[in-house]
Amino acid sequence: MYKTSLGAIGVFVAFVLFVLWISYYFARRTKSSKGYYTAGGNVHWSVNGIAFAGDYLSAASFLGICGMIATAGYDGFLYSIGYLAGWIVALFVMAEPMKRLGRFTFTDALDSKYSSKGIQLTAAISTLVVSIFYLIPQMVGAGTLVEPLLGLPHHVGVMLVGAIVIIIVATAGMASTTYVQFMKGGLLVIFSISLVLITLYNGLSTHPQPDRNEPSPVLTTMAVAGGQDGAPVPADPAYQLVATRETPAGLTFAKLSKAGRPSWWHLTRDENDNPVLAETCWVTTLEVPILDSKGNPVITLYNGIPQTDSKPLQSGFIKKLIYRGESRDEVRNLSINEFLATIKSSTIVRFLKASFKDNGENTTVYYQKPTPGRELLTPGVMFKIDRAKGATLMDKLNFISLMMALFFGTAALPHILIRYYTVPTPAAARQSTIVAIAVIGLFYVLTLFMGLGAMVNGVVDLTDNNMSAPLLAKSFGTTLFAIISAIAFATILGTVSGLIVAASGAVAHDLMDRFFDMQLTDKGKVLAGKIAAIVIGCLAMFLGIIYRGMNVSYLVGWAFAVAASANLPAMVMMLFWKGTTKQGITASIITGIVASVGLILLSPDMFERYGLARSAAPIGLNNPGIISIPLSLIVLVIVSLFTKKTDSAAVAAPAVSAQS
Amino acid sequence: MDHGPAGSGRNGRAAHFKTRIGIWMFILYSIVYLGFILICTLNPALMASDIGGSNLAIVYGFGLIIFALMLAFVYNAICTAAEEEFNDPEDEADTEREK
Repeated sequence: MYKTSLGAIGVFVAFVLFVLWISYYFARRTKSSKGYYTAGGNVHWSVNGIAFAGDYLSAASFLGICGMIATAGYDGFLYSIGYLAGWIVALFVMAEPMKRLGRFTFTDALDSKYSSKGIQLTAAISTLVVSIFYLIPQMVGAGTLVEPLLGLPHHVGVMLVGAIVIIIVATAGMASTTYVQFMKGGLLVIFSISLVLITLYNGLSTHPQPDRNEPSPVLTTMAVAGGQDGAPVPADPAYQLVATRETPAGLTFAKLSKAGRPSWWHLTRDENDNPVLAETCWVTTLEVPILDSKGNPVITLYNGIPQTDSKPLQSGFIKKLIYRGESRDEVRNLSINEFLATIKSSTIVRFLKASFKDNGENTTVYYQKPTPGRELLTPGVMFKIDRAKGATLMDKLNFISLMMALFFGTAALPHILIRYYTVPTPAAARQSTIVAIAVIGLFYVLTLFMGLGAMVNGVVDLTDNNMSAPLLAKSFGTTLFAIISAIAFATILGTVSGLIVAASGAVAHDLMDRFFDMQLTDKGKVLAGKIAAIVIGCLAMFLGIIYRGMNVSYLVGWAFAVAASANLPAMVMMLFWKGTTKQGITASIITGIVASVGLILLSPDMFERYGLARSAAPIGLNNPGIISIPLSLIVLVIVSLFTKKTDSAAVAAPAVSAQS
Repeated sequence: MDHGPAGSGRNGRAAHFKTRIGIWMFILYSIVYLGFILICTLNPALMASDIGGSNLAIVYGFGLIIFALMLAFVYNAICTAAEEEFNDPEDEADTEREK
């Protein structure tokens, strides 16, 4: 597998030491609750703006989006567009009112007019639900990242990240969190720019070298001597046909043997429509473990070799390179436009996945799929949106729903909103949002080039596309790889700290102090916040370990859907409709959480995870936003209209702040 | 305890104005974003049409990011002007409410 890089460990250790020093430095200055929850409220807007980027650009953005673009092209970039567009809602709707109305948390701002126990409780629960959904994939990601980079087992990685984050948050709360995020945001953008510039300079080639020291084996294609109706006969007599397998989707794979070594080939047709066998990368899961070269039992084989002895399965390359209308072997030193134009006119080999059983062993093959660059630079490779390619109305609604959740979710994420309290004035809140849009927008533009660069440079790990951006860096040298890997870590640290501050604010400030009215002193509030941060940090470590190996990135999608449904309609209506009542807001938050989580649990994607048929799902929708956001809004309006009178009576007598 | 809505207090006029401008610019951006989603879902082939060496999908996608930044600068300029005109800079007293 990946070799541990000493450089990566060095950069990582240096970064961690620096982070711990920041925490120590600010710990002495953070004695008050204002210091702990809002970094004293006097962070400069430009620092806050970059810290926003450090808070927001999670592992999902850096690793996930680049990975998606590297495998599906433009469709991954749609996430970049949606995530950035969400900041428009933050700027135009949330930024100034959040700062004007709130003190420590999102709940404060929402509750500012009403002082309602119902709002305090439901908004705090919504904050916790969103933060924990968001936290789990980050922690699992931390463990996944630590395995290849530092050579540590998964649970050690999770505990390492958990422990560092607990130190960051429990020493100086938002103050240290802010500067960790500031540093991470800055580093991420600077090194992403470097990576893109190197990618452009390095250019495009039909024979990329992902690892300069060890040339990767070239996957071959050979003619078929026999007719396609019968068993395919390899043209090269050194190969013998062992077996063929057909998948339910109608693909045929042939197992060949050369000097006793097996390999899987895809029976397909070349550009002249002649039958050919194209070599695949393949993964076998054995029922009985075998021993690797070090004597450890393994059940996973890569191309027939124990996983631990083999190199990762990396692929993706340009099959036919067309530069300015001419066929070339390689072109170097490209501009942004030339890079995109060349990819558009070239043919790129992507790898698709198919699974079947061979002698009782689960076999997954990754077969070559030459794809016109033109297709990869338009939406529709991963998302079904084109009726000509069989997209149904439900597929289209799913797509619209996803784009809606990305747009409306950002501005409702509690760990983003609390950053509005770290600046002194609403004007500074606005200015820091603009800095955030500039930095995050620039980063998202870069994701397209990093993702496409990974796609054509043979660095995409077929079994885990999340490693695409770090592996692209690796193909340019181990120093860059070490730095990018350490930044990937920093990315997790920055986002997880923000999430833990948000969750600890919900527990200590919203619930203990406000909802349960525990009459804490200012020092008590800081202590409560720190204890809450430690407990939530430990919970995050626990969840990160038990969810090991599960692809939980969908939980980020849940977090966006819940935030957009539960928090946004309540906040917007509170600001812009005078008729909004506390009961309306409470009902809207509950509806938002229940509807979005409920719809997700009943979705085809989840039914597949339960091991049931997708078609058994009562609702064909995977992304709940298109239903749950309007539903939450309608409930707010109806409940507000019905409770209008009683509410104005309650306002007249503020002592009676009955729970709604 | 009643902090009042976005339009109350000494800074009421500037805040009210900024809120309204914000809503209009939000609606403007939403329309452009919706246009992108509608082309994707109703006529995806249009996204592949050439614009120079690039295509509509790339130009519109980058355009959405650049447009967001442009609107942000315009909004900031308008808001800053409004704060100066109404002569009520958002000061500490207005932002640090006591509980």
